[in-house]
Amino acid sequence: MHNNLREKKTHPVLIFWIIAGWVGYLLIPWYGVEDGFFRFEWLFDGYPFDPDYAPAAFLLAQGKKLWLAPLLLPLLASLVVLRLRKSDPAYGIILILVGAIGFSILIVQGFSIGIRGFNFAWLTTIFGDLGDRQFGMGYGALLLASSFLFLFTQGIAARGAVNGDVFVVSAIGGIILVVTVFVFFPIAKMLVAAFITEDGMYSVSVFAAKFFDDRIWGLGCLRGMRCGVAWNSLFLAIVVGVVTTALGLVFALIVTRSGFRYKRALRALTVLPIITPPFVIGLALILLLGRSGAVTVFFADFFGVQPTRWFYGLPGLMIAQTLAFTPIAFLVMIGVVEGVSPSMEEAAQTLRADKWETFRTVSLPLMRPGLANAFLLGFIESMADFGNPLVLGGNFNVLSTDIFFAIVGAQYDQGRAAVLAMVLLFFTLSAFYAQRVWLGKKSYTTVTGKGDAGMHPAMPKRLSLPVFVIAAIWGGFTVVVYLMIVFGSFVELWGVDNSLTFTHYITAFRVSYNEFGIQWIGSAWDSFWTTIYIAAVAAPLTAIVGLVTAYLLTRQTFAGKNAFEFGTMLSFAIPGTVIGVSYILAFNVPPIEITGTGIILVVSFIFRNMPVGVRAGIASMSQLDKSLDESSLTLGANSWQTFQKVILPLLKPAILAALVYSFVRAMTAISAVIFLVSAEYNMATSYIIGRVENNDYGLAIAYSTTLIFVMLAAVGLLQIIVGKTKIRRRIDIGS
Amino acid sequence: MKLDKVLAASVLALCASINAANAAKLSLYCSADDEFCQVMARGFEAETGIDVNMTRKSSGETFAQLKAEASNPKGDIWWGGTGDPHLQAAEDGLTMPYVSSMRGELHPWALGQAAASNDKTIGIYLGVLGYGYNTEIMASNNLPLPTCWNDLLDPIYKGHIQMANPNSSGTAYTTLATIVQIFGEEKGFDYMKGLHANINQYTKSGSAPIKAAARGENTIGVAFLHGVVKQAVSGFPVDGVAPCEGTGYEIGSMSIIDGARNVDEAKMFYDWALSAKAQSEAWKVKSFQVPSNVSAESSPLAPDPASINLIDYDFKLYGSSAERKRLLKKWDDEVSVLPQ
Repeated sequence: MHNNLREKKTHPVLIFWIIAGWVGYLLIPWYGVEDGFFRFEWLFDGYPFDPDYAPAAFLLAQGKKLWLAPLLLPLLASLVVLRLRKSDPAYGIILILVGAIGFSILIVQGFSIGIRGFNFAWLTTIFGDLGDRQFGMGYGALLLASSFLFLFTQGIAARGAVNGDVFVVSAIGGIILVVTVFVFFPIAKMLVAAFITEDGMYSVSVFAAKFFDDRIWGLGCLRGMRCGVAWNSLFLAIVVGVVTTALGLVFALIVTRSGFRYKRALRALTVLPIITPPFVIGLALILLLGRSGAVTVFFADFFGVQPTRWFYGLPGLMIAQTLAFTPIAFLVMIGVVEGVSPSMEEAAQTLRADKWETFRTVSLPLMRPGLANAFLLGFIESMADFGNPLVLGGNFNVLSTDIFFAIVGAQYDQGRAAVLAMVLLFFTLSAFYAQRVWLGKKSYTTVTGKGDAGMHPAMPKRLSLPVFVIAAIWGGFTVVVYLMIVFGSFVELWGVDNSLTFTHYITAFRVSYNEFGIQWIGSAWDSFWTTIYIAAVAAPLTAIVGLVTAYLLTRQTFAGKNAFEFGTMLSFAIPGTVIGVSYILAFNVPPIEITGTGIILVVSFIFRNMPVGVRAGIASMSQLDKSLDESSLTLGANSWQTFQKVILPLLKPAILAALVYSFVRAMTAISAVIFLVSAEYNMATSYIIGRVENNDYGLAIAYSTTLIFVMLAAVGLLQIIVGKTKIRRRIDIGS
Repeated sequence: MKLDKVLAASVLALCASINAANAAKLSLYCSADDEFCQVMARGFEAETGIDVNMTRKSSGETFAQLKAEASNPKGDIWWGGTGDPHLQAAEDGLTMPYVSSMRGELHPWALGQAAASNDKTIGIYLGVLGYGYNTEIMASNNLPLPTCWNDLLDPIYKGHIQMANPNSSGTAYTTLATIVQIFGEEKGFDYMKGLHANINQYTKSGSAPIKAAARGENTIGVAFLHGVVKQAVSGFPVDGVAPCEGTGYEIGSMSIIDGARNVDEAKMFYDWALSAKAQSEAWKVKSFQVPSNVSAESSPLAPDPASINLIDYDFKLYGSSAERKRLLKKWDDEVSVLPQ
């Protein structure tokens, strides 16, 4: 009955996308507008005849860019579909053809014709010199491409895929496209660059020479010299993974299994490093443990020796990364430790095992998947870390910084950067794959509503003493480091003049008022507003993409779902430096030319942080019973309405988690950002690193402290806006 | 629903991006110190009303960026940074020739850059190479104060010296070329090997060694002397040395990028940057290089090239791409791999 009703009129979504396609072709400027589309100045500057701003149709009418003409055919064909009924097989087939052909023409012309005419020599031999050129695609092309894509997906849906559900098929198609364009395409382009020689030709032997370079795989450290970069990174990552997992376990045990009274403070303390830009911890540690650091000098005086640069290199990196990544391990271990079924432990205790034996033989083995999970996460984070090695790596080279120096330094060796990125990707993808294959499913689902309300036993004495001691030491250390950060922002000139002053805050954030209104004089305002703006734009978009993907993964089944899931989660394992390098290689030339704009920053954030939205969405949606969906569908709603009105409102915790994490990560990102900033779009972290390199520690730390407080405020604000939904049916015990 | 509002707000934010007005623009790649760059950019804006978009990156990085953007240049003019990358860029066809009307007011060494590059670049300041040390750490470690290049080879300085990596830093490459010119290539590389044994870290940026020394994280940093003066003036306990055997120097340069979108504005900036008025602002922001305009003001604290034993640095040879690659490869293969 329902389907008959729909057959009588044309699907409004179809009409929308056909119109969108025509608008993109006829009205919107085809190429990218240099000063920014949304300033709308192009409307008054010669539109629609000026070739910089003309829509495709006007360009063709003027006899320019004739290769855009073939696009007219699929557009006209799409009008034919309006007359057909959905049940007509031709409906689906025509839509599929229109979408596929139109999209292919767009791609082919985009890649064949660039800034200097034809991009490939063999095209020039066939067609002769083009005599014309084209820049990057703009909103007109984007609109037309989207139109073709969604006409294609509607055609597939009409042919019966996923029960003819237009929303689901379109969502799948959209997500596959954006992930391919913004994750796989740049990475592929960068990996291909590994084969490029100096003259611009491709060669496998050059690649082999670069890949098996001694600087990457050398084992000199066993003989007293330096080891290859790959071994350095691997060793550091393994050590950091083990230590952070152990510390995470320690803190999780205290929070869940002891009578410690200040659990909330402990939670806050362990989470604080997440909202700190990573290298700030390194800076504070230099102030404490560097050659002229407070602690080093104190101990040197105490023992009567000269202070040394012991901290730079491996020791410093281990300490800094452990401090920075323990919170992640903690968050994972909390879920794991809480998830151990108390009934199992009670059963062991009723069988007369004492607490230590219970812990050793029952609890710990049940936590093992979580331990492995936390280890792998710490491993990947350490591999990808860029800020700390930059600041205190010394002579201990790691992959992430070597990639940076290879591309950004005077060498400009694309091939070497690509090779290093390959090695780094190999490590992180292996860890990621291992995590998914051995542990993946178990880590997502939490224990949901199965009457498991027992109480966890307290820790055995043999365990609680060392645990408390370690936690006290590490907690104290974290507190001292953060106090150092705040204190350091008030010191005039660290190491030389220890007087307290507000100078750094004033230099950074001075505001004055004159007849024109507020003047933001401080040097930090520019990057500050840019960062807030970009993070605020990126966070909701990340949440949307993440949650739609999560919905598709939990609520729908379709062919290729496993591959789809793997692809969308892949970007988590791709280090920021690799993303940064691949973006500047892929998006600096047409067809997608967005380097130097704010768009590339937003896009890099969306795709780097998407996996978190996906995970949060999956975790939350797994807790919602499918019967809710089914009741909505049987009452006549389609899946889009179900998603919008039933599922989303119940997902507030997931939405909040996605928004918060995306915003925080966008504000503290450095490894990708440092490649993508430009004069107009300078991000706070890049600016701070610049100040550090300029010996301006006071200003850098003052700015970092401000960022931390801003993020705390933003997180609080987001919690108020999105609101809280109580969907838990269990009362938490003891937390 | 609240989420809708958040989404709507973000979409509006995206739409409402507001930039500066639609005036004439200039995209400036600056390779000197940040404050110096700011003063040049804002000074030009104040003088002409042209909106300046400035990116600050080291000379090596800017050269790399020019190469990457060669088919689609986004910058208009490259100002500052040591002269060798400018000469290389000229050789690679990345910059365009321009003869400024201000040439008559410049020192001969500034014009030498133009001669070596077919007018594609010109000198804007001169920096004397040398090294600086933290006086407090020298004293507390009872280290003798060095005065020559050869003094640095003394094993007593092991772990106390820092230099940048010549692959990424113009300063360090100038150092390498200077040593080769003073001692000859073979003895020069022996010197570099000897120095390598005393070095605690090869930094990425050329000005990092002296900054670390200023902060007390390092003892002796190889640097341009104006950098040492800058740290001293900022209150750090550092002193500079112009080594006794003679020393090299850099000629900070400026070039207009080939294919620039705002060529006229770039030429205006070029002429303005060579004027005495613009160059006199340098020392006020603690940039103590020797300005190229003969009438420009400079601070009494700035190194005086007349009183220093400067070698006859062959910019054309050591600025050429081939020689640079050869020397860097030799350094990579023979010096950097040695144990420390």
